[in-house]
Amino acid sequence: MTLEELQEIAQGELEKQLGFKHQINVCVAAGCLSCQSDLVKDAIQQEVVRRGMESTTRVKGVGCLGLCTAGPLLTVDDKTLYQGVVAADASDIVEALGGSPVQRLDCSVQMPFFSRQHKIVLENCGKIDPERVEEYIAAGGYLALYKALTKMTPPEVVDQISKSGLRGRGGAGFPTGLKWSMVSKSLNSTKYVICNADEGDPGAFMDRSVLESDPHRVIEGMALAAYAVGANHGFIYVRAEYPLAVKRLKIAISQAEKMGLLGYNIFNTTFSFDIKIRLGAGAFVCGEETALIASIEGRRGTPRPRPPFPAEFGLWGYPTLINNVETLANVAPIIAKGGEWFAGIGTEKSKGTKVFALAGRVKNTGLIEVPMGTLLRDIVFDIGGGIPGGGKFKAVQTGGPSGGCIPEQFLDMPVDYESLAKVGSIMGSGGMIIMDHTSCMVDVAKFFMEFCMSESCGKCVPCRVGTAQMHDILCKITEGNASEADVAMLEDLCDLVRNTSLCGLGQTSPNPVLSTMRYFKDEYMAHVVDKTCPSGTCKIHSHVGGVK
Amino acid sequence: MDPKPAVSSAPSKQPEDRRWRMVDRAMRLHGFQPHALIETLHAVQESFGYLDMDALKYVADGLKVPLSQVYGVATFYHFFSLKPAGEHTCVVCMGTACYIGGAAEIIKGVGEQYKIAPGETTRDGKLSLVVARCIGSCGLAPAVVFDNEVDGKSTPKSVLEKLGRWTNS
Repeated sequence: MTLEELQEIAQGELEKQLGFKHQINVCVAAGCLSCQSDLVKDAIQQEVVRRGMESTTRVKGVGCLGLCTAGPLLTVDDKTLYQGVVAADASDIVEALGGSPVQRLDCSVQMPFFSRQHKIVLENCGKIDPERVEEYIAAGGYLALYKALTKMTPPEVVDQISKSGLRGRGGAGFPTGLKWSMVSKSLNSTKYVICNADEGDPGAFMDRSVLESDPHRVIEGMALAAYAVGANHGFIYVRAEYPLAVKRLKIAISQAEKMGLLGYNIFNTTFSFDIKIRLGAGAFVCGEETALIASIEGRRGTPRPRPPFPAEFGLWGYPTLINNVETLANVAPIIAKGGEWFAGIGTEKSKGTKVFALAGRVKNTGLIEVPMGTLLRDIVFDIGGGIPGGGKFKAVQTGGPSGGCIPEQFLDMPVDYESLAKVGSIMGSGGMIIMDHTSCMVDVAKFFMEFCMSESCGKCVPCRVGTAQMHDILCKITEGNASEADVAMLEDLCDLVRNTSLCGLGQTSPNPVLSTMRYFKDEYMAHVVDKTCPSGTCKIHSHVGGVK
Repeated sequence: MDPKPAVSSAPSKQPEDRRWRMVDRAMRLHGFQPHALIETLHAVQESFGYLDMDALKYVADGLKVPLSQVYGVATFYHFFSLKPAGEHTCVVCMGTACYIGGAAEIIKGVGEQYKIAPGETTRDGKLSLVVARCIGSCGLAPAVVFDNEVDGKSTPKSVLEKLGRWTNS
């Protein structure tokens, strides 16, 4: 592959697109697919053929359009968005091409859900066909890799990433540039790059959407990372629960290999890089770096103490760079446009944008990308459209089982790593679950504790035993059998488990309890003292002689 | 990884079942190296639907990994099942969004109707009830998967209706 060949492919694809008068893009990501968007696509295609318009109208499947709640979604000529489409609407949609849109399906693209977003990671989602590399190339794909390989030295690439201020999007927010430079400094000639696509947080689907909608973006990011740190082999560790993402990744990798964008002597340079897929097998703890490495090595996914960090001693003992899907998806634009451009977006310490999966009791559930520092209120009420059915906002949960619940008084807080940490939650991978007055906060804490308890790998005692004990106490509270001494014990256990567990899973498992206790202590007390559940979620049977 | 010579240690006793070929292929693809264990177990589960003791022994032999380690890995990961699944599988997502949306009620409803707990199969082998951690369809919460087909915005009633079609026929 040379630059000319790359440009030729892009040119050819653009000309092909210009040859069509109309473009109908149907979302075929998991959300819309489960509402039978594939049938919608077929019906529209048949309708187009029936009317003999196939030379002027192109129907294609694209990645996630974001507003999952209104699926199946499709766009016409990038201007009109239709929601809740069924196969029977095909003839109306084709009929309306070039004229005014079909009123009953029309979804305003001016609404804040779309207009308030700033897309970097998701810029190609919903625009390109994820199963065709040509479209990714036509959208400027692999140019960043060409630029890095031919015009930049590896330290320069690391330098741009450092300048951009990009931080790990998997949750902890470790500076990506620093991680890369740690791996690049190692003199070992064998190094690995791993893409962590083991998105285990319940309530998060950002990585899945990126992989399903724009897999080449992640591959290009991995290749850039490999060049920067001096690695020649890569692994994508992806959940087996995401079959569509796995399928599209496999297609993308084989396309990139065929085109010489992966493999030996990429762009006729001395740089060689290959990527293999490893399937996870449903263990949340494998999101932890050392456990993930153990899993790729074919062992039980148990973490080990760090240091040594994977940057020095990783996969099979070699220096290994592990980055999250979203982090890697940010890399190509940073190299293409420069680190300073990226650093111009966001807040002082949190740069760029963040993808969130909005779900729970909110009108517009789906995938959004906003600049760091966007106010929580704007995300929930403006973009999310507020609480449906006249419910009252109670809390928003970020960071999954490692995060916390943020109550109403902090709604005017900017969303960035520091602010979230200050109120006892974390950025996490980007799940954002909104809860209204019908959710019991003790029950939510119990839900997450049950999760941590069953996902604990069992290697260290504080996590294995502590989470089970905390879960027992939370069960007692929700059943109305707890005393105030139990609550005090729960607080002690939180402290113990947090400070003595081996890995992040155990250390952060008390967070949901701590944050709900901090802001919703009255709900705990209502369960313990008054034996009632304020939201009516917990079934407390009144019984004689309850402990005061 | 270290390019060790690929030892072609295909087990001497070759079962007749054609489905073993996929398993052999997975092992061969990774040069029969021990680190192919999880990938191979995936292949077994895809071919047979679950992992039984014979399969675990077969894989242990093929990859020259102690059977205890194979068993350890197979039981560590939730995705692997050591019991055969029912004719149909109903997976209820228990991710946060689905939980908030009332997934627990769905599990309760199905459990009461068919007298099974999550992870169990009905006596007649028709239906397995499975609880998933999060299938990533949070936008459709509560989500339920009926034999690989995701259905969103479910209620206990809608789920029981769909299951009725399987179990009554």
